[in-house]
Amino acid sequence: MRAPSEHEIAAGNVLLAVEDVSLAFGGVKAVAGVSFDIRKGEIRAIIGPNGAGKTSLLNIINGFYQPQHGRITFKGRPRAAMRPYDAALGGIARTFQNVALFKGMTALDNIMAGRTLKMRRGLFWQLLRIGPALAEEIEQRRRVEEIIDFLKIQHIRKIQVGKLPYGLQKRVELGRALAMEPDLLLLDEPMAGMNLEEKEDMSRFILDVNAHYGTTIALIEHDMGVVMDLSDRVLVLDHGVKIADGTPAEVQADQAVIDAYLGLSH
Amino acid sequence: MFYREVGQFKTSYDADEAIFPIAQDRWSVIVLIAFASLGVPLFAGQYLYTEVLIPVLILSIAAIGLNILTGYCGQLSLGSGGFMAVGAYAAYNLALRLPETNIILVFLFAGVMAMLVGLLFGLPSLRIKGFYLAVATLASQFFLEWAFARVKWFTNYAPSGSVAVGRIELFGIPIDTPGKTYIFVLAITVVLTLAAKNLVRGRIGRMWMAIRDMDIAAEIIGIRPLHAKLSAFAVSSFYIGVAGALWAFLRLGSWEPLAFDVNRSFQVLFMIIIGGLGTLLGSFLGAAFIVLVPIFLNQLPSWLGIAMSTAMISHIEFMLFGAMIVLFLIAEPHGLARLWAIGKEKLRLWPFPY
Repeated sequence: MRAPSEHEIAAGNVLLAVEDVSLAFGGVKAVAGVSFDIRKGEIRAIIGPNGAGKTSLLNIINGFYQPQHGRITFKGRPRAAMRPYDAALGGIARTFQNVALFKGMTALDNIMAGRTLKMRRGLFWQLLRIGPALAEEIEQRRRVEEIIDFLKIQHIRKIQVGKLPYGLQKRVELGRALAMEPDLLLLDEPMAGMNLEEKEDMSRFILDVNAHYGTTIALIEHDMGVVMDLSDRVLVLDHGVKIADGTPAEVQADQAVIDAYLGLSH
Repeated sequence: MFYREVGQFKTSYDADEAIFPIAQDRWSVIVLIAFASLGVPLFAGQYLYTEVLIPVLILSIAAIGLNILTGYCGQLSLGSGGFMAVGAYAAYNLALRLPETNIILVFLFAGVMAMLVGLLFGLPSLRIKGFYLAVATLASQFFLEWAFARVKWFTNYAPSGSVAVGRIELFGIPIDTPGKTYIFVLAITVVLTLAAKNLVRGRIGRMWMAIRDMDIAAEIIGIRPLHAKLSAFAVSSFYIGVAGALWAFLRLGSWEPLAFDVNRSFQVLFMIIIGGLGTLLGSFLGAAFIVLVPIFLNQLPSWLGIAMSTAMISHIEFMLFGAMIVLFLIAEPHGLARLWAIGKEKLRLWPFPY
């Protein structure tokens, strides 16, 4: 299917490595000793029943939570405790399970906001809005329009995102993340609450992003059909512990995974 | 029928990002500014200048300032009066101690001093939000009021605590008549409004709005809350400081700290709530509403031919004014600017139903 990146997803080409990471909230262990890696150019799915610690894991990668234990290596460098801002600077973008758009802004402004880090002109130039500031704004607008074309949301550019239907909001949120030109894109349930057609559209966009921009993607998803079709490798969590890791076919056949999803008769 | 963008195609992003992309809007604003600067002086009298036009313009600047902070960046502030006072006293002291300073520099200095004080009092916003921040800014209001009343240096040891400004001139031209004052204030308002519009539609404006709408998501796309909030405090305080200096110099002439008490803060806050949070147009509409409605209510009994004592009139004015604000907020919580936007939407189709 995705011809270009197969050879890149070699074992040596690790973008992000998570080693023995643990996170607890008081007595609740959200993530317990999880190790896995994300290779350059792959689509990595993270699945598991509710409360398995999937979102917590994304929040750790993203810098929202600091793990109490373990090591994270991103782009070959071990990473110290950091803020989400540093993650953004390092090239990690994400979307949220519940759409986290800027509701009072238009779709265009939302995606433009995703390019904040690419813009340099300060307050003085901004308030004059001539010369370099204007040129920069127009250049970024052009880049954003490419993303808008890519996601086919031209018709809703100037509409406040709060007024858009859910499926389109999800698409705008993906656009905002893409505007950052990330090296690693984290998608937290990109298809939650969508109907079949919207899911198919979103799957196509995810595959296209991966093929077209070469972006490495880690996604959490509950729709097994989607996960098995899209992903190169699947990580399965249950109760904060890794129970399986491998290709979709391997994971599907794994007894521990079947038990976790279907329940185990004691 | 006449107000439609049909046939107006934009061929560049530059044209699409213009302040008024629709030709009719563009021309209306040009005509409005031309009328305000050339037409108004032909018929306006002293009363219209000093009681209506000048106050509306100056308070619009203050409202733009607060709107940047509260409407665009979502940080509630009750300290506008205090920041206006900072601007007023900074301007007073500069004009007093260096009398040769150009009046434009005096007002710039007022804005910069208010900006510095605003940055200082904006620091808590990094830790506290919403009502708690409102209380913190209220504390700054009381602190500043106290400082200008008690620290005698600010008022140049005036025994009564009241200070007055002398002659104001710009490049040798004295600004002494209401007409000249009006033109001067109008020019400053136009420049500051344009600058504010540029800011809010650029990167910095998007940063502010992102922080307002969802600060967590803002941080993951690389917007530092510290940077966004403090820049909003700085720009907002600058505008409010300039408005304070203009108010003191060109509207009051002589004043005491009471002129910038907490009522002033509430007045500016009402303006942006009634006018519309997060719109520059709303700042003007709100300022006009707050200035004009009391005048209107005050005149109403005599127009209707009802004999009433002035005390009674002012009491009824208070009651009606309060009631109008409450009713208005129930009917249109998004303010006058939203009404205007809805009207424009309707106008595009008029006279056809759809």
